[in-house]
Amino acid sequence: MNFITNLIGGLSLGGIYAMIALGYTMVYGIAKMLNFAHGDIIMVGGYTILVFTAQSVHPLIAIALAIVFCVGLGVVVERVAYKPLRGASPLAVLITAIGVSYLLQSLAQMFFGSGTKMVTGLDLGSFNIGSLKISVSTIVTLLSCIAVMVALNLFVKYTKTGRAMIAVSEDKGAAQLMGINVNLIIMITFAIGSALAALAGTFYLMRSPSIYSTFGSLPGIKAFSAAVIGGIGSIPGAMLGGILLGVVEVFANSVSAIAPYTDAIEFAILIIILLVKPTGFLGKKRREKV
Amino acid sequence: MANKLTLTFKGALDPIKAKLTGKTAPCKKIESEYVLETENLGITFGGLKAVQGVNLKIKKNEIYGLIGPNGAGKTTVFNLLTGVYIPTEGTFYLEGEELKGLAQDKINHKGIARTFQNIRLFNNMTVVRNVMVGLQNQPEYKCTLFESLFRLPRHFKVEKEMRKRAKELLEIFGLLEERNALACNLPYGKQRKLEIARALATNPRLLLLDEPAAGMNPNETADLMDTIRLIRDKFDMTVLLIEHDLKFVSGLCDRITVLNFGTALTEGTAQDALNHPDVIKAYIGN
Repeated sequence: MNFITNLIGGLSLGGIYAMIALGYTMVYGIAKMLNFAHGDIIMVGGYTILVFTAQSVHPLIAIALAIVFCVGLGVVVERVAYKPLRGASPLAVLITAIGVSYLLQSLAQMFFGSGTKMVTGLDLGSFNIGSLKISVSTIVTLLSCIAVMVALNLFVKYTKTGRAMIAVSEDKGAAQLMGINVNLIIMITFAIGSALAALAGTFYLMRSPSIYSTFGSLPGIKAFSAAVIGGIGSIPGAMLGGILLGVVEVFANSVSAIAPYTDAIEFAILIIILLVKPTGFLGKKRREKV
Repeated sequence: MANKLTLTFKGALDPIKAKLTGKTAPCKKIESEYVLETENLGITFGGLKAVQGVNLKIKKNEIYGLIGPNGAGKTTVFNLLTGVYIPTEGTFYLEGEELKGLAQDKINHKGIARTFQNIRLFNNMTVVRNVMVGLQNQPEYKCTLFESLFRLPRHFKVEKEMRKRAKELLEIFGLLEERNALACNLPYGKQRKLEIARALATNPRLLLLDEPAAGMNPNETADLMDTIRLIRDKFDMTVLLIEHDLKFVSGLCDRITVLNFGTALTEGTAQDALNHPDVIKAYIGN
């Protein structure tokens, strides 16, 4: 019985990681950069929800506003910080992303202080099936994650924008010479990634309603690991990696002997998988052409 | 005084405005009987004059060749014409409309499409999808993101029409059978053809082919010559091509320009230009 609870909990946490990982992997696939500020978009989403629920705005509206705000923020960050560096060395872009990450964290501390704040109104209660106690938020998270992933897959496969995204990820130069507006596609990618981050932040808050300025760092870094495990740049890979890490985390947490080492176990998995399969599960092999 | 100021600064903010609104100032137009006209086109990298003073005048429905020894600047000319590089000197006009300084995708929308010296297909897409990427920016296949997200009827209609058009293009190039294969799994000659099909899908007025016959065997080359003539007749196309195979060039091109060290040595019909003493000197020395 415990096993089923853990499995559901693991899948739902994995879904959250997968959603964040999608942001990392899509931006990497299309703009060829690691957006280390992605985790902090989650934090900004969380604080947005905090601000609005404190004004007794309905939680659903607060969530919608958080998504809108994060999309705006993601697009602005891309325009202001990353776009001028297109064509610059990857290291310059990487350090800029880290800078943006610290900037967002510091801004959050400036506005909300460094203490932990509680978000209310996101607790959906729980229900029992036989002796099984399942919280509603877990189920909501799981279902939403499945819906988001299906929708995203359909979007990439069957819309023109999705097709343009794949074209840009394969060969930016050729895509542009075929008439695709690469800057617009990168902007859309950031918008989608940020929307997913805001949604993931919401679900993360449902699990534990406390928020602080480095709220997004740990889930961000875990989701990044998930993206790497799955093969960075690959959308199904990010989903797979996220779910794997989520399930491992919940199961490790449930065994009291190894619970304190949960994070270590997760990152150990990352290392082992990279040793065995350096490109991740579904990553593209890079062939050297002679 | 105020008038004077506005006069002085008139236009100074245009580049910024253009960036903000995503619109560019209407392009300068000239009267021109040519599809492509370049005027002293050139680019300098640091101190290196890679291309200098190139004047091409290409008439409608012409197949025009650009030849020259390795490093003469042929591909650089293509890069200038497609917006990969912005010319530091001179300018160029497509049917009298100045396109210098436009972004690559905008130049493509205006009507210049190209292929690449080293094939650059979208390798992990199917053949038909490669062509659809070329098609999807055409005004007649426009449908908004909203329409395709919510699967409105227009989305399906547009997708269906695009697929039909893509199949027509593939049929011309004899690629219809392989339409669902991944582009990377096609044999070399067919990849070259697919690149041409994808470029044509963007509905250009001028098609630039960068060494289309490179690496082809004699049969494939002969076949390609027929295909290029077919494109000219069927699509009412003007073609500018770079090629090393002189037999190919003299058999196919109406006129050619010979480049060497970034400048034009001579231009004229293939026979005349290839027999020009400067050209012989450039290729085989004194």
